[in-house]
Amino acid sequence: MTLEAYADTIVPGEKRSADDRAIAGVSTGGGAVQAGALELLQWDATGIHDGLDDLVRLVNEHAQAYAAERGLALDPAVPPFVALEYPDRAALIQLLTKPGHPEKEFWVLLSLFCNMAFDSAAHLNTAQAMADGHPGLKAMGLTQPDADGLWRFEDYSYGREFARLHPDTTSTGSPA
Amino acid sequence: MSTTAERTDVLVIGSGFGGAIAAYHLAAGGADVTVLERGPWLESKEFEHDYKLGSSYTRVFDFTVGDGMSILGGNCVGGGSVVYFAAMPRAPRFVFDRQGSIGRRMWPGAVSRDTLDPWYDRVEESLSITKQNWNDVSYAGGLWAAACNHSGRTANPLAVAIDNTKCVNCNWMMAGCRFEAKQSLLVNYLPAAIAHGARIRPLHEVQHLSRTPDGSYRVHYNVVHDDDYRLQAGSGVIEAKIVVMAAGAGATPVILQRSEAHLGTMPRAVGRYFSGNGERLNTAVIDEAKAAELFGLERGDGLAYAANHIGKGPTVASWDKLDGSLPEYSRYSLEQLYFPPGLGTILAQVPGATGPSWFGKEKKEILKQWASWLTIFTMIEDDNEGVFGPPPATGNSHRISQQMLGRGNLRYEPTKNTLGAWAASDAEVKEILEKDGLAKVMPWTNDLVGAYTVHPLSSCRMGDDPHTSALDDRNELRDHPGIFVTDGSAVPGALTVNPAMTIAALAERAVPGIVQAAQRRGISVTYGAPAPDGSASGRKNVLPLLPSARG
Ligand SMILES: Cc1cc2nc3c(=O)[nH]c(=O)nc-3n(C[C@H](O)[C@H](O)[C@H](O)COP(=O)(O)OP(=O)(O)OC[C@H]3O[C@@H](n4cnc5c(N)ncnc54)[C@H](O)[C@@H]3O)c2cc1C
Repeated sequence: MTLEAYADTIVPGEKRSADDRAIAGVSTGGGAVQAGALELLQWDATGIHDGLDDLVRLVNEHAQAYAAERGLALDPAVPPFVALEYPDRAALIQLLTKPGHPEKEFWVLLSLFCNMAFDSAAHLNTAQAMADGHPGLKAMGLTQPDADGLWRFEDYSYGREFARLHPDTTSTGSPA
Repeated sequence: MSTTAERTDVLVIGSGFGGAIAAYHLAAGGADVTVLERGPWLESKEFEHDYKLGSSYTRVFDFTVGDGMSILGGNCVGGGSVVYFAAMPRAPRFVFDRQGSIGRRMWPGAVSRDTLDPWYDRVEESLSITKQNWNDVSYAGGLWAAACNHSGRTANPLAVAIDNTKCVNCNWMMAGCRFEAKQSLLVNYLPAAIAHGARIRPLHEVQHLSRTPDGSYRVHYNVVHDDDYRLQAGSGVIEAKIVVMAAGAGATPVILQRSEAHLGTMPRAVGRYFSGNGERLNTAVIDEAKAAELFGLERGDGLAYAANHIGKGPTVASWDKLDGSLPEYSRYSLEQLYFPPGLGTILAQVPGATGPSWFGKEKKEILKQWASWLTIFTMIEDDNEGVFGPPPATGNSHRISQQMLGRGNLRYEPTKNTLGAWAASDAEVKEILEKDGLAKVMPWTNDLVGAYTVHPLSSCRMGDDPHTSALDDRNELRDHPGIFVTDGSAVPGALTVNPAMTIAALAERAVPGIVQAAQRRGISVTYGAPAPDGSASGRKNVLPLLPSARG
């Protein structure tokens, strides 16, 4: 649940049900969670799969401290990070990923993979993910590949001369 | 000491530009050449259009996060040429007179644009580099040119090593070119080297060198697991009379640092003066209606642009600031570029964000406009401020992910000169692209993985001054005769343009000296092989005739 809340802070999505606590619900359409962030994070290919329990524990400790400093009351029914409102989740991740924070590298890495679940579906075959309507690739407007799973674009150029060449250009197209 | 080590005349470390070019000429000249390459050896049909971890997209490249600077490079037979965008301009004349951080000319006296031009010519022939025309330029390049023109600037279609008759504009160049349109080293120098007997061993990662009593070198390697690069599958040693180091500017100095315990003191400049070629990226989110209104752009279907994903890497650059009369650190080029999702996207920031700029609610909104992004790549003159710390246990990084991602020991703290040059170029990109409301622009953040380069240079540079250069002007490592460095680490500083052309030309230039050193060590080798594809133009004319000739 904590990892879902973290991933949802990086690329937020829509609540899966009215009582969804992990997803803050500040955005429409799928976010990192719907895009499969948990699947990607738990895959051993990432190299962070082993440390996820520690990251969950740590981010909840940070959330507790963050809340205490600001006098926020946290709902004990859910993990502390999940209990934070979206702006506080985001503010905490900003603190943890700031240059100079001793744990910065872990949080950057975690954020990177959460983002990759959405923007490149790095746990899925891309053509298949496109065919299945992966929420991230779809939201970003990636186009469908050809039947053989490869992309080709017949139209690719305006075919117009748009500017003067730099006067010091060699005949082979280099700076003189 | 074991006497059963394998032997070769010339051992080449790395198979990118520096390695492939040296391997070809030495093999063609008659030497026994072995190439050890850390990455896998993939054929064109294995280059997939797939972002999945473990596909060619992650197998063939390497991302090393340092302290203040991260390096993206090739990791396969063919090195950076397999993942690169094939923009191949020559470096402008003034670059060779740069002083950089040392206060006097940093290039060796023997190297200038004039002395390098014949070597550039040779590379141009070998890789079939051609000047593109406006019909080859992608929508993104066209838009960039139109914006440059609109704000009173010039713009140039780039010279590229791409066979545009084969290119399908898929924009998957970073995963390796499936269609053999990109003239990577896999289609010229490397097959020519193999034809002359060179042996290439993929998944062999060199760790360090030591010396034999007779002054040859022992090259110690680990074999890397073919799927999970964190695992090792054995190790070994090869003895060679000549070693050509070409593991790239992020790896060559690390191998030398690790070798210091065996070879003795390294020149002071090994692992210092690293330059990221002054790179920086800006992401613009284009207002489609404005693009149509200002430049009359249309792609059919009512679309003006929305073509971030169509085309190839960089196709158009603006060279107005490549003016030798301007002071150092104020000269740079601005190049349109495609960057695929994944590593890059997270570094793009939301223009005018009120909350976090690289993640969160507002970032998701600009991700939805991804097709309307235009990425501009700046190459400024930096201050060679990178320094490598003590080497990691193996290779040049501590590997985190199965492929692609590792933590290295490079430290880079940009100086005022570098920061000032970045700021000036950012301001110009903003001025050009925000004019009349065309776009909103923000540079990539340096806060997450530091500055970011795909053009590592200068970590083991050539020069005339032993204090500030690790190599003499013939690319030989000072005080360690028989070791040559021919990759990007030999280039003395940032080039203000894409570097592969200059790396390749310098490698071509280094070969006659390596051949002489080899001869002095008793290797039977001559110099003078033609460009590997010297017959390219001839064959191009003849091949289409063959089917009818057969009939
Ligand atoms: C995405 C991308 C796009 C680019 N686009 C352009 C472009 O358009 N134009 C341009 O000019 N440049 C471009 N470049 C940069 C260009 O690829 C490099 O400048 C060039 O490849 C450097 O050549 P090199 O010989 O120094 O090293 P590389 O080509 O990097 O070759 C080094 C080789 O050594 C291997 N190696 C490393 N360590 C070891 C070891 N310990 N043992 C054995 N082998 C080892 C590596 O796997 C690699 O294959 C791009 C780079 C990237 C990543």
